[in-house]
Amino acid sequence: MRVAVVVFPGVNCEHDVVQAVEALGGDAQLVWHRETDLGEFDGVILPGGFAHGDALRTGAIARFSPAMREVERMASAGAPVLGICNGWQMLCESGLIPGAHIANRDLSFICRFEEVEVVDTDSVLTRAAHPGQRLRVPLNSYEGSWVDPSGAGRVVLRYVDDPNGSQDRAAAVCNVSGNVVGVMPHPERATDELLGSTDGQVLLEGFLHSLVPA
Amino acid sequence: MTTTQPVHRQLGMTDEEYQSVVDILEREPRPAELAMYSVMWSEHCSYKSSRKHLGRFPTDGPWVVVGPGENAGVVDIGDGWLAALRIESHNHPSFVEPYQGAATGVGGILRDVFTMGARPIALWDQIRFGPLNEPKNRYLFKGVVSGIAGYGNAVGVPTVGGEMEFDACYTGNPLVNVMCLGLLRRDQLVLGTAGTPGTVAVLLGKATGRDGIGGASVLASASFDDTSGEKRPSVQVGDPFEEKKLIEACLELYERGLVVGVQDLGAAGLSCATSEPAGRAGVGIDVDLDAVHTREAGMTAPELLMSESQERMMAFVEPGDVEAVLAVAAKWEIDSAVIGEVKAGNTLSVRHSGELVAEIPAASLADDAPLYDRPMARPGWLDDVRARSDEVPIDDVAETLLALLADPAIGSSAWVHTQYDHMLFLNTVVGPGSDGTLLRVKGTDKALAVSTDGNGRLCYLDPHNGSARLVFEAALNVAVTGARPMAVVDNLNFGNPEKPEVMWQFRESVEGMSEACEALGIPVVGGNVSFYNETDGVDIHPTPVVGLLGLADPMPIDPPRLRNARPGMEIWEVGPKATGNLAGSALQRLFDELGGVPTAPDAEMAKRVVDMAVHLAHQAPVLHDVSDGGVAVTLAEICIASGVGATVEAEHPFSEDPHRFLMVVSPGTIELDTSLARRIGETGGDRVVINGVGVDVAKCADAWGNAIVRALAG
Repeated sequence: MRVAVVVFPGVNCEHDVVQAVEALGGDAQLVWHRETDLGEFDGVILPGGFAHGDALRTGAIARFSPAMREVERMASAGAPVLGICNGWQMLCESGLIPGAHIANRDLSFICRFEEVEVVDTDSVLTRAAHPGQRLRVPLNSYEGSWVDPSGAGRVVLRYVDDPNGSQDRAAAVCNVSGNVVGVMPHPERATDELLGSTDGQVLLEGFLHSLVPA
Repeated sequence: MTTTQPVHRQLGMTDEEYQSVVDILEREPRPAELAMYSVMWSEHCSYKSSRKHLGRFPTDGPWVVVGPGENAGVVDIGDGWLAALRIESHNHPSFVEPYQGAATGVGGILRDVFTMGARPIALWDQIRFGPLNEPKNRYLFKGVVSGIAGYGNAVGVPTVGGEMEFDACYTGNPLVNVMCLGLLRRDQLVLGTAGTPGTVAVLLGKATGRDGIGGASVLASASFDDTSGEKRPSVQVGDPFEEKKLIEACLELYERGLVVGVQDLGAAGLSCATSEPAGRAGVGIDVDLDAVHTREAGMTAPELLMSESQERMMAFVEPGDVEAVLAVAAKWEIDSAVIGEVKAGNTLSVRHSGELVAEIPAASLADDAPLYDRPMARPGWLDDVRARSDEVPIDDVAETLLALLADPAIGSSAWVHTQYDHMLFLNTVVGPGSDGTLLRVKGTDKALAVSTDGNGRLCYLDPHNGSARLVFEAALNVAVTGARPMAVVDNLNFGNPEKPEVMWQFRESVEGMSEACEALGIPVVGGNVSFYNETDGVDIHPTPVVGLLGLADPMPIDPPRLRNARPGMEIWEVGPKATGNLAGSALQRLFDELGGVPTAPDAEMAKRVVDMAVHLAHQAPVLHDVSDGGVAVTLAEICIASGVGATVEAEHPFSEDPHRFLMVVSPGTIELDTSLARRIGETGGDRVVINGVGVDVAKCADAWGNAIVRALAG
């Protein structure tokens, strides 16, 4: 079971994601965004950061990278696809998750622990958690506020407070079949008690348990 | 600037300095040559006023791998790992254009560190402004914080700590100092050398434009007046995305052993990045300016040589590796150009449009820079301010405590540090808002601790002892995380060095810092000097800033944290007893006073207390250094973080006498040397009670937590 962690120029959470996945016994490998074949992988994570310096809009350029054609293929084949922060923004730009992201309500970058509540366990991110479970996971974003006029996005994690004005207080949203999930807080940053929380583990474990041989 | 001035004066050079150039070359300099000398001999690049004094710093230690003089200091932390550290100022650019000034300050210090072969893992910001009740100061403060956040977050290096101070002396001249720490494997160290004849110079990164021309000379090395806004074109514009790609590309070059040496392009741009590595290696170099990739057409040779366009790096490469280097650049989507070749001899020769535009001894730009022994004089006003009383009338301990907690320099820094990514890389064990930052070193059981400290008010009253106390305070700040002090970098922010009083302050400060470092047995491995911090003839307080690195070996399994206090614990004050001295204290600032003679440091005591703190950090749930606002504020901060009250008896609760910390511990768990420690009370309830006068923890939390937000509301 192998997870591809796609590296775009400007992302910066790729090593943290690999570390967190490996700590849970998973097998994650960095893949350059120009890669055209992810056939050897069973799932993919798009890590956070600032792909292409957020030029035009967050994720707007990254969606055109060759690796994204493979991400689309895997998504439609039902493989687990997780976009964290900037990765979620790429998934929205690609149309794999409905909606888009705008600047936080208070127009300032937010890096701090936030509490989220599991509201739907039918997704590759939340399947190992239980409904109503509260998790402390760090936010780290400026364009963190999700908007979805279509109403088609299914919210799986909801902020307990309302840190950024996200529609429906959405902290994580999935597609219809639940195999593609975008999450704004960083589960990989909540995998070690020494750093303040291990609540992200249940999310990443759910993702890893969703992997089936391609 | 007026056009009637000779060119060298327009470039910030004195007539005597110009004559030295003529003497070296034995002829009049060509325009491009004059441009190069003007930037390289600027105060900012040449340290011409400070060099004489900087030699005083102790710089040796068995763990020092690279001392001052390179792009960053490097120390050995064991297990095959080295740590690279440096601090830099971007004071004047940040006043002229706060967002870009601060942003490019971050970019510059990062390059200093990854030039050494290190991956930058953390940043600290030391920022000082005038009082926030003035709209201009609020604008500068917000702009600087946004600039640090905008660049640091996007470049992917966490900002994990720092310090703020607000004082009228910084109104016309804010201070923006940024420190960076990097990690590298021992075999990956790279130096700023041009190598041997035949080595090829490859310019990597962003295209060269007309931005930042004369930044080092016109902006950083001159004083301010009301026309300073006209200097805005001398401020560079940062692009963190380009820098991020440059970092990754350079780290790949280092990993694959593809470079002989590397030099970043910061102040003085290409002039510095060609002459310094050649000078260090004792070689010459041919540079072809036509090969430089530019952002705009028609740039002249002096412009190309002086431009401070950001996100550029010079790599010195064996001829056989050039193709591989260019391929790595292409992979990371950065531009690259072969612009020169190292030659035997010592001549830096530069061609542009087929013409020879410069031919000078490479090392002369650095080595023959003027060295000034500027006159020094103890300020005449010093006796008057020191003769003033340091007493402050305290009517009500509770009200005084609340007022101190509401001071934006003391209150919660969350408004600032939640705008910074401070968690990236999963190393931040103890983060911003604590005494020292503690970063674990993955793959080892060690951790690195850093504290950055400055105190302009203390150094105004006593530059010698004030500077020494900064070193001791930073040492105690890392010690309470479990780390032993290891090395120091310094950023010396002073006024106009042409004033004897300022030079005296500078010399005293260097002396004080040196003595403190010697007492602790730690070297200074790098630093930066920022002079001309004056506006309309008024100098800032002397404001040296210390960045101190400590090593926790091993890292405490459960390091002390402010939030770990629980009801029923004992509160101990460790260190010498308070004398009641309030000179230069936060309490004086509250009453708009500044006077008296601050308590002198005690080196032996400092060492003992640091040793105790390192030892106790492996056992105690809470250790907290006593500094701004004394025991009262220190205790309140613990109570706020832990959500628990406390009752103490403390003589002189607002005194900031040095070498003290508070410990909170379960009864009977730790034996303390009572000659150096006193039990002053216990935790419990929901009030902070000092000498019988109490205030709700919730009220303290409100004052402290909203200090900056309220100050920014005007």
